[in-house]
Amino acid sequence: MTAQPGIDITLAGELGSFGLDVVLSVPARGVTALFGPSGCGKTTVLRCIAGLQHIPGRIAIAGDVWQDTSAGYFRPPHLRHVGYVFQEASLFPHLSVRDNLLYGSRRVTTPGASGIGLQDIVALLGIGHLLDRATTALSGGERQRVAVGRALLAEPRILLMDEPLSALDRATKDDILPYFERLHEQLSLPIVYVSHDLAEVERLADTLVMVRDGRVVACGPLHDLQTDPALPLLAGPDATVVLAGHVVQIDDTFALTELQVGGGRLIVAGRHGAPGALRRLRIAASDVSLSRSRPTDSTILNCLPVRILSIDGAPEAPQANVILGLGHDGTGDRIVARITRKSLITLELVAGADVFAQIKGVALLAARGSATGPASGQPPRG
Amino acid sequence: MLDAAELWPPIRLTLQLASLSTILLLLVGTPVAWWLARSKARWKEAVAAVVAMPLVLPPTVLGFYLLIALGPSGAGGLIAPLWGARTLAFTFEGLVLGSVIYSLPFVVQPIRNAFEAIGDRPFEVAATLRASPWDTFWTVAVPLARPGFMTAAVLGFAHTVGEFGVVLMIGGNIPGETKVLSVAIYDFVETQRWTEAHVLAGGMVAFSFLVVLTMFVLEKRVGRNRR
Repeated sequence: MTAQPGIDITLAGELGSFGLDVVLSVPARGVTALFGPSGCGKTTVLRCIAGLQHIPGRIAIAGDVWQDTSAGYFRPPHLRHVGYVFQEASLFPHLSVRDNLLYGSRRVTTPGASGIGLQDIVALLGIGHLLDRATTALSGGERQRVAVGRALLAEPRILLMDEPLSALDRATKDDILPYFERLHEQLSLPIVYVSHDLAEVERLADTLVMVRDGRVVACGPLHDLQTDPALPLLAGPDATVVLAGHVVQIDDTFALTELQVGGGRLIVAGRHGAPGALRRLRIAASDVSLSRSRPTDSTILNCLPVRILSIDGAPEAPQANVILGLGHDGTGDRIVARITRKSLITLELVAGADVFAQIKGVALLAARGSATGPASGQPPRG
Repeated sequence: MLDAAELWPPIRLTLQLASLSTILLLLVGTPVAWWLARSKARWKEAVAAVVAMPLVLPPTVLGFYLLIALGPSGAGGLIAPLWGARTLAFTFEGLVLGSVIYSLPFVVQPIRNAFEAIGDRPFEVAATLRASPWDTFWTVAVPLARPGFMTAAVLGFAHTVGEFGVVLMIGGNIPGETKVLSVAIYDFVETQRWTEAHVLAGGMVAFSFLVVLTMFVLEKRVGRNRR
């Protein structure tokens, strides 16, 4: 499906009470989130990629075939060169933090190929002060960071993460997420991330694979799936879109950041990186309202010309989702406005109409408050 | 009246027998325990039962079959000529073989339990960190099962020291060759040499106490390390 060889998986087999029948093809770069309710089979897919579980089918990563049942081929896990982060850190209790970190890297046959050394990983994850401790002396968040570091130091070709935050409390999660975002920004390593938490997906994922009852429901760029009326993401109470934007300029007088997204510019409160820095923005559908003419006396800073691409909602429902394309011609990024059916009729809004979207809340995901951009060596608090 | 020349040979022989048997027991018992802990074969419990048989069999029964097996008309009669002997029965080598079979359950069970307690996860982690199964066995399974190995070694050693029935059946009572401690005590009592019997028996009580104490301390440490 993709021109470049990506992550191509076909699996079909029995799995406990239900069958697993997965076909997916995603790019072998960035973060791919396998998203779905517990027990839907997403972890099984991840285990199959690592070779920890064997379900008939074919698995090819970046053109390299790891499993092909029809050809009778199954590469054992230790020859696949994956990094795997389990739900629990699963550190080796008989080894120190340092020896845990180096367990995989000592087994790399051509060390240094990835150019990542212990010092880089330690700095990236902020675990330098833990190196000589016993694993039992670490907090939950520290253990999970060491587990990530251990996986990365084995110089994997792909990083597989199985709900790495689900065993942690909210505060610890918030401490660790910035480190994961740094992985995403600083390593050119494809990551497959299993999660049932939409907030994590919004912060990390580039590509989304929605799994339900052992099947892939939808698969594509996060932004596309968030604005697809056929999918439950849009129908849910917190329909949201995530946009990528480059910082254009900082308004020092009012402490505002202006970001360029496809088809328009958005303003966010606060200073968020140097010009050119890439940021993720989150816009909830309930924070977007529409007007026929450009309002001139509103407190809302973000008011953009948009074109209505489609309107989604049952005829009797009190509210409808309006899918909008940014820009005068509507060819920019898509956002969604959730408005009442009454407004829809009063304003005579139909597909193809050019209107103005007022966006009350633009949240910056990965808001680290760093003024130096993603290449900064300054680790976030953790 | 205590003759060290009479007391020392059975002690030395017993220590030799127990040391050699313990080494062999660990060499044989570890792969068996690994297989029992990790295999998904349905008939593995049947193998486990065979290994555990010496726990319930009367030592004389085991000794009787071993005697036949080691004797000139058994397997022992086939192997012994390799070094010029006629039989394995009533020899030190025969005793070692008998001890290994007799003490096997005491070694296999603790090691198997220790392997099973590790669970699948550390092995999965090691595999994703490029460790081959052989590598994983030595760098993950053995270190994590270390308390089990220590318990197994202590139990195997102690059990070999204490055996009597099997020794009597297949070893007889040849000084310096098969006359071990337990047989020597029996001998002293038979000939009413109470002082010698007291010395040896008292020594065994002290030894057993130390063994059990060691075990308990080891188990406590296992409990503390598991988390």
